[in-house]
Amino acid sequence: MVLHDTALVYGRYLRQSLRSRFAMLFGALTPLLYLLFFGPLLTGLPLGRTGSSWQILVPGLLLQLGLFGALFAGFTIIMEGAQGVVERMRVTPVSRLALLLGRVLRDATTFVFQAVLLVLAALVMGLRAPLAGILIGFGFVALLTLSLASLSYAMGMKVRTPQEFGPLINAVSMPSMLLSGLMLPMSLAPTWLDVLSHFVPFRYLVDAIRDAYVGHYTSTHMLYGVLVAVGFAAVSVTTGTRVFRTAGA
Amino acid sequence: MAAVISAANLARTFQTKAGPVDAVRGVDLTVHEGEILGFLGPNGAGKTTTLRMLTTLLKPTGGSATVAGHDLVTDPAGVRRASGYVAQSGGVDPGISVREELVTQARFYRLSRADAAARAGELARDLDLTGLLDRKTGALSGGQRRRLDIAMALTHRPKVLFLDEPTTGLDPGSRADLWDLVRRLRDEHGTTVFLTTHYLDEADALADRLVIVDGGAVAAEGTPGALKLRYGGSLDATLQDTFLAVTGRAPAPTDDAPVAV
Repeated sequence: MVLHDTALVYGRYLRQSLRSRFAMLFGALTPLLYLLFFGPLLTGLPLGRTGSSWQILVPGLLLQLGLFGALFAGFTIIMEGAQGVVERMRVTPVSRLALLLGRVLRDATTFVFQAVLLVLAALVMGLRAPLAGILIGFGFVALLTLSLASLSYAMGMKVRTPQEFGPLINAVSMPSMLLSGLMLPMSLAPTWLDVLSHFVPFRYLVDAIRDAYVGHYTSTHMLYGVLVAVGFAAVSVTTGTRVFRTAGA
Repeated sequence: MAAVISAANLARTFQTKAGPVDAVRGVDLTVHEGEILGFLGPNGAGKTTTLRMLTTLLKPTGGSATVAGHDLVTDPAGVRRASGYVAQSGGVDPGISVREELVTQARFYRLSRADAAARAGELARDLDLTGLLDRKTGALSGGQRRRLDIAMALTHRPKVLFLDEPTTGLDPGSRADLWDLVRRLRDEHGTTVFLTTHYLDEADALADRLVIVDGGAVAAEGTPGALKLRYGGSLDATLQDTFLAVTGRAPAPTDDAPVAV
């Protein structure tokens, strides 16, 4: 039943996304701008890690795409709440987990698609990385967007007005981006900043993708990255489903 | 007649920053099969909160209730299968076509793809939406939107239909059509209809029995005639006067001073 319902909800929202293809491309714009206008600045700098500057920057941009994109997913649930769509679905016997999963799987699909566009552009700019590493990177994007979108929907159901939601998301996303070393690796950081960044889960993900991009598939970074990504997804989806079950309080 | 909805001391307290708010203090209620029940009360009396509890959207903090024999707390899935709900705001996406909404809704009720398409066509015929199936719901008129909202709620042929202020914002013609529709549902399918409204003429014309809530509890109940006789003084009393007498709210004072504009 959960599978059947998830497929239904997923289909509904995927069709909605396909109707606004422009918005789908637009989401990839910010990381694309970083790639074009920030990426070339790094090519000659010592970044303290193995691999070219592109192998270090592109994993960060992939997560930036997820971080800024998926965290805003909750905006749509605020709109749907006002239209009564969420409650209309919640009075049907449809599985509560499916109401969340269908939506976040759609988001994961959208962001992986945007990630593919970004990597294609990066290849043109000069990125060279093993195919397996690139695919692993997409896997991390999928897990991260699944998690962040779940949390975002949960917040959207709780907050209920876009005026509160926007600032809240910005307050989460900016420090997360800076503290996880998405733009420049934390290996360049002074000790205190490096230590601090270990409290931000995305730090582990970006380190893991950077390892994948240079072909290190069995490193400790990779192990920690996978553990954090899977754990974060489990916690986020559980939180999100709970909110769909009890919302309205 | 068998009771389709029965509530005993149903209550909901919201925890807010300013302290607990008792939105519904303890509602006792019985609705019989095939009855059209008008649920009235001033703004903030707890009508929508009661409705949201009876439709499983909100967990009660006290008391208990059953809908079509299913307990709200222990068998919410059973309640959902037996009832349909039309919220004040409706519940369709303006960017999606009428057909897609109807089919998806039927699929949510676990109909197969083919059955869902057939049911969508049937509902469209029943509610005069056939010519509008491929239109986006955002392009419908108020009356058409309402008919779609109701069609969505009738997808699974529920025993009980909950309508929250169904005619708010409709023109007189659409209101009359909606009243006919509600009566037809009851007469042809035996559907029990539980509706809230602020229009007393609507309650008078449509409801077999009224329940008036005030301050989160039932203040009076009975047929429109009985309530008029008891609280309004005679059968000729208006439901307006009866309502004001029950809720203890005097009619707005007629003020000689000109209204500021």
